Amino acid sequence: MTTPVHGDHDPHHSAAPLKTPLYDAHVALGARMVPFAGYYMPVQYEGILAEHAHCRAAAGLFDVSHMGQATLRGADHATVAGALEKLVPADVLGLEPGRQRYSQLLNERGGILDDLMVHRAPGADGTLGLVVNAACKVADYAHIAARLPGDVLLEIHEERALLALQGPEAVNVLVSLGADVAGWDFMQVGPASLAGIPVFLSRSGYTGEDGFEISVHADTVVGLWQVLLRDPRVKPIGLGARDSLRLEGGLCLYGHDIDETTTPVEAGLLWSIQKRRREEGGFPGADIVRSQIAEGVARKRVGIKPDGRAPARDGTEIVDENGVAIGTVTSGGFGPTVGGPVAMGYVAAVHARPGTRVGLVVRGKALPAEIVSLPFVPARFHRAPK
Amino acid sequence: MTKYYTEEHEWIAVEGKVATLGITDYAQAQLGDVVFVEVPTVGRKVKKGEETAVVESVKAASEVYSPVTGTVVAANDPLANSPITVNEDPEGAGWFCRIEMSDPAELEVLMDEAAYKAFVEGL
Repeated sequence: MTTPVHGDHDPHHSAAPLKTPLYDAHVALGARMVPFAGYYMPVQYEGILAEHAHCRAAAGLFDVSHMGQATLRGADHATVAGALEKLVPADVLGLEPGRQRYSQLLNERGGILDDLMVHRAPGADGTLGLVVNAACKVADYAHIAARLPGDVLLEIHEERALLALQGPEAVNVLVSLGADVAGWDFMQVGPASLAGIPVFLSRSGYTGEDGFEISVHADTVVGLWQVLLRDPRVKPIGLGARDSLRLEGGLCLYGHDIDETTTPVEAGLLWSIQKRRREEGGFPGADIVRSQIAEGVARKRVGIKPDGRAPARDGTEIVDENGVAIGTVTSGGFGPTVGGPVAMGYVAAVHARPGTRVGLVVRGKALPAEIVSLPFVPARFHRAPK
Repeated sequence: MTKYYTEEHEWIAVEGKVATLGITDYAQAQLGDVVFVEVPTVGRKVKKGEETAVVESVKAASEVYSPVTGTVVAANDPLANSPITVNEDPEGAGWFCRIEMSDPAELEVLMDEAAYKAFVEGL
C-alpha cells in the first residue's frame, strides 16, 4: 500500500514546524499531529467522520492558532480603511463598528495573494483587525507593510491564540460561560468574557455552521481550551474534519481553490466585492476584475458531485461528455454529511451551469459526475432580525 | 494457512495456491476512516507489485499492491457498500481479493508475522 499521507504536504515550510500553545493539550488528547503550514497541528483525535458529524450536530472546538492575527492602526477609520482598500476589493470604509467582512489581498492581475477576515471592533475609530492564513502570513505582512502609508501601522499579534467553536450548540456553550452572544448576527464581532477569561469573538467560521472564532491571549488559551472541553456538548476537531466541513460548505481553501492565478470573479466571490468598490475600483487588478464583472470570465469555480462512490481529489482532470479537458478539481474528497464524494474545481464557463454532465478522470477512467450549486450542505449562519 | 506481510503493509494469507490479500491493522489505523474501496474484477491477471486495489480515507487515496503474480479468483465486492469494514476487521472481513498464484516462490521474500511486527515497531 502506498504510505498514507495525512495533512497537506508542506513544501514551503522546510524548517522545523512550530507549535501552537495547545500542542501539549492536543498530544494529551491523543491527536495525530502533522506538519501543516509551518506548524504541528492535530489532523484528527477520535476520527474524521465522528468529528465531522459531531461538529454538525453539537459543537466542535478547533485550534486555529497557526493563523495570523494583526491590527492596522491609524488616526481614524477613514485613514485605516482607505489604506486597506488599496490592497483589497471589499468596502472597508463602509464597515460598521462591531462588524467583520471577508476579503482578499489581490495582486496587480486581480489574482488572490491570500483571503482574510477584516473586522472593526465596537467603537473602533482607527483600528481594523485582520485574520490571515497561516501559510501566507509572513508574505502577507510584508506585502501589507510595504504598501501602507506612513501614518498607518501594522501590529502583528504573535501573543494571541485563536480557537473556533462551531456547530449548532456553539452559541449555547458560550452563553453558558457568560458571554451575552445569543442575539449576535453572523459576522458580528466584539469583546466578551468566557469563564472570566477575556476574549474577542466573531460570529463566523469555516464550517458552514453557526459558530464563533475566539481570539484569546496565548497565556490563557490552555485554560480556556480546557473550560470549553469540560462542556459535554464540545469535542475537539482536527484539520481533517475542518477540511471536509469547509468543502461541504463550499468554502475556498487558499492554495487549492484560490491562488495568485484566480480572481475573485472566477472564484465566485463577487459577493465579497461591494457595489461601491465595483464602481470605483482603486484596488490591485481592478481593471481586470471590473472587465470580468462586465464581460464574464473564461472559467468559473463550481461544485461537482460524482455519481458513484469514488472520491476525486485535488488535481483530477475534468472532461466534457466527449472526453475533452475542460478543467481541474481543486478540492475533493468524501463528504461525511453528504454521505458520498464531493468536489470543487474550475471549468470553462460554458460548462459551469448546474446540471451539466462531466467526467472526472480518476485512475485513468472518466467517472460520471454533475456540476452542482454550492454549498453541498446548506449554511446555517445566524442572521439576526434587522 | 500461512500469513505473510509486506513493507507496504499488505498481508496475504496462503492456502495451497490461493492467496487472500488485505491491508494490516497498522495500515488501517494510519489511513483513518475508510470511505471507498475498489477491488479488482475476477479473472484479472495481476503481476507482483502491481496496483490491485484502491483504498481511500477521508483525506487520501492509497493503492494496494499485490505481492504475488497470478489471477484474481474472488473479490470482496461487498466492501464497496461497507468500506468501514476495512477499519473494523482489516485482517478478516476486510480482505480485498483472492489470487491464484502462478509463482509461489515470490512468497520467499515476504515477512512472517514476527518479522512484520518488528518492522512496524521500528517505524
